[in-house]
Amino acid sequence: MKNRNGKAEQGWGRRIVLLAPYLWLAVFFLAPFVLVLKISFSQTALAQPPYLPVIDFAAGWEGIRSFFSQLTLDSYRLLSSDLLYLFSYLRSLEIAAISTLVLLLIGYPIAYGIARTPQEWRPLLVIAVVLPFWTSFLIRVYAWINILQRDGLLNGLLTRLHIIDSPVGWLSTDTAIYIGVIYSYLPFMVLPLYASLEKMDESLLEAAADLGCPRWKSFWLVTVPMSLPGAAAGALLSFIPIVGEFVIPDLLGGSETQMIGQTLWTEFFSNRDWPVASAIAVALLAILLVPILFYERLQQRSLEGGRQ
Amino acid sequence: MMSEEKRESVATDNTPMLVRFDTVTKRFGSFTAVESLTLDIAQGEFFALLGPSGCGKTTLLRMLAGFETPTEGRILLDGDDIVDVPPHRRPINMMFQNYALFPHLTVEGNIAFGLRQDRASRAEISQRVGDMLTLTRLQGFEKRRIQQLSGGQRQRVALARSLIKQPRVLLLDEPLAALDKKLRAETQFELMEVQRKLGMTFIIVTHDQEEAMIVADRIAVMDRGRIVQVGPPAEIYESPNSRWVAEFIGDVTIIEGRAVARDAMATALGRIGVSDTDIAPGQTAWIALRPEKITMSEHRPGGDVNAVVGTVFEVGYRGDVSIYKVRLSDRSLMKVAVANVDARARARFEPRNTVWLSWPPQAGVVLTK
Repeated sequence: MKNRNGKAEQGWGRRIVLLAPYLWLAVFFLAPFVLVLKISFSQTALAQPPYLPVIDFAAGWEGIRSFFSQLTLDSYRLLSSDLLYLFSYLRSLEIAAISTLVLLLIGYPIAYGIARTPQEWRPLLVIAVVLPFWTSFLIRVYAWINILQRDGLLNGLLTRLHIIDSPVGWLSTDTAIYIGVIYSYLPFMVLPLYASLEKMDESLLEAAADLGCPRWKSFWLVTVPMSLPGAAAGALLSFIPIVGEFVIPDLLGGSETQMIGQTLWTEFFSNRDWPVASAIAVALLAILLVPILFYERLQQRSLEGGRQ
Repeated sequence: MMSEEKRESVATDNTPMLVRFDTVTKRFGSFTAVESLTLDIAQGEFFALLGPSGCGKTTLLRMLAGFETPTEGRILLDGDDIVDVPPHRRPINMMFQNYALFPHLTVEGNIAFGLRQDRASRAEISQRVGDMLTLTRLQGFEKRRIQQLSGGQRQRVALARSLIKQPRVLLLDEPLAALDKKLRAETQFELMEVQRKLGMTFIIVTHDQEEAMIVADRIAVMDRGRIVQVGPPAEIYESPNSRWVAEFIGDVTIIEGRAVARDAMATALGRIGVSDTDIAPGQTAWIALRPEKITMSEHRPGGDVNAVVGTVFEVGYRGDVSIYKVRLSDRSLMKVAVANVDARARARFEPRNTVWLSWPPQAGVVLTK
């Protein structure tokens, strides 16, 4: 009997431990999301809060019924009819995709270089990669304004080197956005790549060489495929937040087509249109669900694969 | 039977030498891993490099594979110096200690890897992969991932992968170290069978003297970067050339003494007869005695044998044999192996029993170092 009780208690303890993360997700992710979802089906109103309907619990069952009958798809209709939103989404995806590609191209050599330096130097280099995090993100982006503006550091340097005759307008261009994004997200690409490259067994490369594979080829046949999970992790860790990026395009970008984060901000703060802003957020989440699920599956696979 | 024949046919003076280490030295910083070592290995031989860890055997193997460059000396393959040939151009393949299988490829992908580098035709690859799968009994596992295989299966994939290019020499770096004892014993015989079937030259590195003796035609015993003895297993076991080799290979009791005649030595146990030696009288020497060469009896045996009396100190029952440690008059212990021919034999001698140990003069090996 006692034994059985003990077991049951152990089971409860276990369940509580398992429950904790779900509870966390329910309170801090699911509940806010349901709110956002609900607002996205509402209509704007000159009221506090600035949308309708609001559940009137005092009216009881009738109140709840009238609440559901007032929900509408108007915001989503607007999203799909006004090309402004579509362009905004496409632009965000385009910037995120190109940035991620460039991040891979820059991040891979960095991660590979760190993984191949002598063991005692690696921690120092990893710290160097993470070091920018010690300064506020906002301040670092502001610093880029200083560097990129017309009388900024970059133009000054290029003029002094006689590469350009007159200052170039770097700021408020796509180039500035790309510079800011790539600079900010580089650690997110380098760290997972480094993690997968660093644990790679040196003897695999020896085995490849032994079987007739020259050095440059074993890089493509062994190193690259083995680092794919790291590359995928890095790409998704960069791509997903870049799509929703607001600060960088807002501070460094121009006034042409906005990224979706900026559009959302405008709807929410300037237009006070909470329902449309919420609909944008929900649609963005739906779009990002594709790469997120892909990432989940990849992780699942590597867990099941059970690395030796 | 076949392996017996092979042992005789191989390693005679007129067999062509396939691999030659010519006064090879390898230093890592101030540490000398291999010291001016010279060694010939014949075509078709199953050769073992045996020694304790850190003796330089793996370094020697890696120099042959091309992963290390000798500091001094030459390495010849078929008479050509291959020191400057990069590993991927050497007709030598290696089976790695941890197998080093590619986890991102299937069994088939791993085995075919070497042939793909040679741009072999699709038909040839699939045929030879098929041959290898048959040879290593891996049919049906083609599409499996490496993580889904057992240790024994991985070992066979590694073997198939290193054999598929039909290398001039196959190097095996502790190939069975990761297997449990029973599987290891089976795999040893499988390796011998594969080697005999293919007629290929195998060089195995191992620290397990039993394994080396079972699989190899010839063994090189290494210690601190040098080869201390080379020869067929029986020669190394029966006629070791030093106390170190005698003690490294199998069990042995060493008796120190001084030569008093061509066929006798004075020891703490009295005068002990040995087979004829050319040791000068008065010189210090050692007699190495294998446990299974000693007969244990209740009464003093007659005839021309050495006999000493002692007390049974400990008995270790191993099933096939029992290992007795017997305390002698000079307080030293002598190891005796008694085959358990009939079931009652085990109970014959017990600790504290007085026993006579005897052996013919030619059973002991006289060593001068």
